[in-house]
Amino acid sequence: MISVRDITHRYDKQVVLDEVGLTLPVGQLTSIVGANGAGKSTLLSVISRLIKPERGTVFIDDLDVQTAGADAISRRLAVLRQDNRITARLSVVDLVRFGRFPYSKGRLTPEDHVVVDEALDYLDLQPLRDRYLDQLSGGQRQRAYIAMILAQDTDYILLDEPLNNLDMKHSSSMMTLLRRAADDLGKTIVLVLHDINFASCFSDHIVAMRDGKVVVQGTPAEIMQRETLREVFDMDIHVQDLNGMRLGIFWTTGAPVGPLPLAGQPETDGSPGQAQDEQAAEFAWRA
Amino acid sequence: MRAVHVWIAAGVLLVGSYLSLGIGAASSVGVADLFPPTADEWHILATSRIPRLMAILMAGASLSVAGLIMQRITANRFVSPSTSGTVEAAVLGILIATMLFSSTSLVVKMLIAIVTAIAGTMVFLQMLQRIQHREGIVVALVGLMYGGVLAAITTFVAYQRDMVQYLDIWTTGSFSGILEGRYEPLYIVLLVGVIGYLFADRFTVIGMGESFATNLGLNYQRILYIGLVVVSVMAAVVVVVVGAIPFLGLIVPNVVTLLLGDNVKKVLPLTALAGAGFVLACDVVGRTAIYPYELPVATIAGGIGGVVFIWLIMRSAKGASV
Repeated sequence: MISVRDITHRYDKQVVLDEVGLTLPVGQLTSIVGANGAGKSTLLSVISRLIKPERGTVFIDDLDVQTAGADAISRRLAVLRQDNRITARLSVVDLVRFGRFPYSKGRLTPEDHVVVDEALDYLDLQPLRDRYLDQLSGGQRQRAYIAMILAQDTDYILLDEPLNNLDMKHSSSMMTLLRRAADDLGKTIVLVLHDINFASCFSDHIVAMRDGKVVVQGTPAEIMQRETLREVFDMDIHVQDLNGMRLGIFWTTGAPVGPLPLAGQPETDGSPGQAQDEQAAEFAWRA
Repeated sequence: MRAVHVWIAAGVLLVGSYLSLGIGAASSVGVADLFPPTADEWHILATSRIPRLMAILMAGASLSVAGLIMQRITANRFVSPSTSGTVEAAVLGILIATMLFSSTSLVVKMLIAIVTAIAGTMVFLQMLQRIQHREGIVVALVGLMYGGVLAAITTFVAYQRDMVQYLDIWTTGSFSGILEGRYEPLYIVLLVGVIGYLFADRFTVIGMGESFATNLGLNYQRILYIGLVVVSVMAAVVVVVVGAIPFLGLIVPNVVTLLLGDNVKKVLPLTALAGAGFVLACDVVGRTAIYPYELPVATIAGGIGGVVFIWLIMRSAKGASV
């Protein structure tokens, strides 16, 4: 269990985390959502001891992340930030092997090699294993980093915007993979996500932040409500239920019940009644 | 495994080393006399040529490995002992030691040079952490300027004490003064090199950045300072015994990592061999070009190194990964 107690942190004078208290359940996939500057990434960094907060403590099970050795935590928790820029020319397989460093300290056992191979398989990186990181596309590099994190084989995995740089196909398979890691392997996964629909479709638990505070948390069904989303994002987001998936239609304000559909050809499919009414309205407006 | 590179390089270096024993001012001992040498010939070999060869190999290997480690822990290809004030700080240390103690032993000079080299490099690392664009040649420029300031202070102090003529000995590396009994402290670099090898993976990890290092359970600052000490000791010891060899720690690791990547543990052995081979080649040229006189190895290495350095900068300016 991750328990965050009364965390306050400031950059210069700006409060970025304001007395945050939080308990994150084990074996579940939790997403942290919120606008830019809400404090999501800072919270993730504090939980993973990359940032020492001004005040407050974080416990991973029985370990206080600030006082337990970095080494002990590295076998319990793995973290990947979003702005990774490794300048070293390392091959993909070398990078993933470093994921075993907390265990092997550089002298890999046969079991370590098995774990490394599994991680490469998981992320479909076998064909690229001997390529240097600087020869990869942004998405491939992101997958290589995630493979390293998986090779670390920790109970807790914290990822800051893991879908950064990934196209639709890889975003969706990344989320499926993380979901599977939680379901099959019992991993506790905490993600910072920008896309509320990925959060909604794949999470067990969503934590919504605004101005350095946790505004609300709960199941996707509880969070994916028009009123709740307005409170978190300050946006009017229509929420649609699609076979139990709660989808926020955030691309246009309040869509699809705005005043008019976007100009262009009249709709030929979709729900007949509403579409026709809207077409009529549009023609009336044009006339 | 890639170890095959290393064995080939080691074989070439071994043969080259052996043949180099046949070169020297005492023309009575040539390559043909090495199989086997007579007692007289052996005397020349043991007191002069073998010490010189060992000094060449150790100086070349250690400065190159120092550059490799430095480039990785700072995540910058243009950092090396001679482009970050390390060498200049060591020279300042030797000057101070010579001023303070009139009859200074090599060991005392070395200890003081090590201390000043560590301090000087630490100041550079502090500056580095305050520079916004830590990649690219800005860092090298800052390092060269910083080294220039240290060298200016050294020259100023030397003028005051009428010791300018000594500076040349330390700033212009040469193996002509290496004799039995006058180079042995150089063996320290072997010990330090082993420590560097044991920490190789840690150096690679901190080169990935602070958050990667912390995630993998390493104390970033601690490893950074261990690297700093390893590099400073290697550079200071070489400067005390041989003198500075410019650009060596910059170009050899750059060329080797261009071929084999930046995994320190994988490239360290070949970097050491290549550095030793490069310095040996430079020294042989220096000894034969105006035979029986000698050009200092620093002159040859500096000439070649400067050209390669410019090539590396042009290459990075074209957008190749820095």
